[in-house]
Amino acid sequence: MWGILRRSAVDGGGFSASSLRRTRFSLVSARSYAAGSKEMTVRDALNSAIDEEMSADPKVFVMGEEVGQYQGAYKITKGLLEKYGPERVYDTPITEAGFTGIGVGAAYAGLKPVVEFMTFNFSMQAIDHIINSAAKSNYMSAGQINVPIVFRGPNGAAAGVGAQHSQCYAAWYASVPGLKVLAPYSAEDARGLLKAAIRDPDPVVFLENELLYGESFPISEEALDSSFCLPIGKAKIEREGKDVTITTFSKMVGFALKAAEKLAEEGISAEVINLRSIRPLDRATINASVRKTSRLVTVEEGFPQHGVCAEICASVVEESFSYLDAPVERIAGADVPMPYAANLERLALPQVEDIVRAAKRACYRSK
Amino acid sequence: MATSFSATLPLHGSQENRLLLPPIRLAPPPSSFLGFTRSLTIPSSRRLYHAHAARRSPVVGVQEVVKEKKVTNSLVCILITKEEGLVLYEDMILGRSFEDMCAQMYYRGKMFGFVHLYNGQEAVSTGFIKLLTQSDSVVSTYRDHVHALSKGVSARAVMSELFGKVTGCCRGQGGSMHMFSKEHNMLGGFAFIGEGIPVATGAAFTSKYKREVLKQDCEDVTVAFFGDGTCNNGQFYECLNMAALYKLPIIFVVENNLWAIGMSHLRSTSDPEIWKKGPAFGMPGVHVDGMDVLKVREVAKEAVTRARRGEGPTLVECETYRFRGHSLADPDELRDAAEKAKYAARDPITALKKYLVENKLASEGELKTIEKKIDELVEEAVEFADASPQPGRSQLLENVFADPKGFGIGPDGRYRCEDPKFTQGTAQV
Repeated sequence: MWGILRRSAVDGGGFSASSLRRTRFSLVSARSYAAGSKEMTVRDALNSAIDEEMSADPKVFVMGEEVGQYQGAYKITKGLLEKYGPERVYDTPITEAGFTGIGVGAAYAGLKPVVEFMTFNFSMQAIDHIINSAAKSNYMSAGQINVPIVFRGPNGAAAGVGAQHSQCYAAWYASVPGLKVLAPYSAEDARGLLKAAIRDPDPVVFLENELLYGESFPISEEALDSSFCLPIGKAKIEREGKDVTITTFSKMVGFALKAAEKLAEEGISAEVINLRSIRPLDRATINASVRKTSRLVTVEEGFPQHGVCAEICASVVEESFSYLDAPVERIAGADVPMPYAANLERLALPQVEDIVRAAKRACYRSK
Repeated sequence: MATSFSATLPLHGSQENRLLLPPIRLAPPPSSFLGFTRSLTIPSSRRLYHAHAARRSPVVGVQEVVKEKKVTNSLVCILITKEEGLVLYEDMILGRSFEDMCAQMYYRGKMFGFVHLYNGQEAVSTGFIKLLTQSDSVVSTYRDHVHALSKGVSARAVMSELFGKVTGCCRGQGGSMHMFSKEHNMLGGFAFIGEGIPVATGAAFTSKYKREVLKQDCEDVTVAFFGDGTCNNGQFYECLNMAALYKLPIIFVVENNLWAIGMSHLRSTSDPEIWKKGPAFGMPGVHVDGMDVLKVREVAKEAVTRARRGEGPTLVECETYRFRGHSLADPDELRDAAEKAKYAARDPITALKKYLVENKLASEGELKTIEKKIDELVEEAVEFADASPQPGRSQLLENVFADPKGFGIGPDGRYRCEDPKFTQGTAQV
């Protein structure tokens, strides 16, 4: 599977040599010349989104470890220090609790911080501020103090980084009222959702994925416009189908699309839903799709217990029970801290075959 | 003992000069209660010391000039005008009466949950907050009723909030530990120890950002109040570092009342002199007698002026004491009665009253009038809170988000918040 999702060996913007081939767009090669559709890596999409929002609103500033002189630990904030200066791009000391709290305090006072966590694992050191000072403040102050802050960074497993750098926090943050939690997949998602997040008056947790940063995706002219924004709370149907619904987010969308290809060869037409927004969850789209297909496979990378899939399953059982023809299939990461060895890591994460198998089970085509 | 400090404080080196304290303080205390030792200091040396220190300060107001000429036998050599004195007295009486009323109401069942009272510490709140403007910010802890009152939030609003009524400053949604007021820039009320410090640092950061990036005229400072227990928490140090690094207009005020619930400051801290931690990060560290509102005010003046001038943060340790337990649920058994008595004798309100009367700034009658006025104000606040309605059902779902589309899309495909029944509490979540 990794052969297809090769990630860019060199960080540093530009179009990567490896790109995701998607059957919906027939590209002659990874680099399209005459085809007319542009491609953009997720990294560039995020960079351009932050850049445009910073130039549109002087109250937006970036804060985090290595975001300035180092050009960003994953080069997402490349070029911003040179363009906007050290008053708007802050290299912080290694003090997650401190600088997250400072960001929240600045948001209380009217600024719009974009706080970067080098990975969301480190956000655990600052989680008190994300939840207690940011998410709950609008409610505790009865609307007097809103917190227009964005917490962003890579989330979930990377490659061989071990247990403490591989956890997926979607379920943790999505359970907190007062937060909005977004998880983009493609470059268009990344641009549109990050711009929406920065403009949003509430705290937004923006979960990126390190392995997607180097991925190139086709991007429309509309998405390249500086006022482009995607609505928060709406999922996207990446591929229409009629036999089984597969819901997922972030990197797993790519896997699900691949699985859908394989299923199509076997005569099963899968509908793939890219959630985009974990909180609020687009239950309407999910349920409408399940009512159409009657079968659901829900996929995520994080730990299985109390995960996003569990919530989707519960939602579908509550709202579309009589439409279900098969039990809901739930694919999540293994219920273990992430192992280091490459083969074990592969076993601990959902792979395309797992999704295919689950879909077939849901369609009663296999055990 | 108050310490003054010159405006041009060296950031590096000569930290020894910063030890502007008389040697008495540095002697090891004979008993485990600092209070005992402190009370043995000799007033005259304090006075001489302070006069000396005052001369070193470049900020010489009219009052200070007058101070040097007039030597009195009172607690402090600082003179204030009559108006200022009455404002300070009224504010402290308001704090004390309000908190006493809270205790009564709690035991009558009108107030519930966690209630942390500020009795005994009024000098710190009044000393600092009465120097601030409306646009300056204050960030506090769960012991925040009096900070809110000093900052200008009305007694009615605070009392209603404590009763959980819709007329409260946060419409009953915050409670005792979460007093917010955008109008008065009271940025909370935080339950977690140390949580308010980074938030305060962020508010100070915003002042600087407004000046430097948004090119607005902004001289706002932020005052962060927290306790001795917080000074062992990581966030405190992270913020001392960043505030000094970015030279933020913030004053870190430690209300060292020697006890964190039942944990004595001496038992939990390797070096109990908190003011020393300031210079370690490159900012002045000042220790002041927090039971004396005039001393606190003098230190506060310099710290605030420093911050407004862009010279960066200051760490002020106020030695103070809470007369009641940690909260109304705390039986307060661990503190020695003798210690309590010693501090009760240093009650900041009686001290100020004595000072005002002895220096002929106000008569007993005028002060009594103020006390009576405040009593009526607090009673009226209780009546108002009692009569106010509880929040309606629909309020449960309000204000979770500033943009209520955050509640997502309902089964009918439209945003939930567009459903007119949504915030009446009748719509399904």
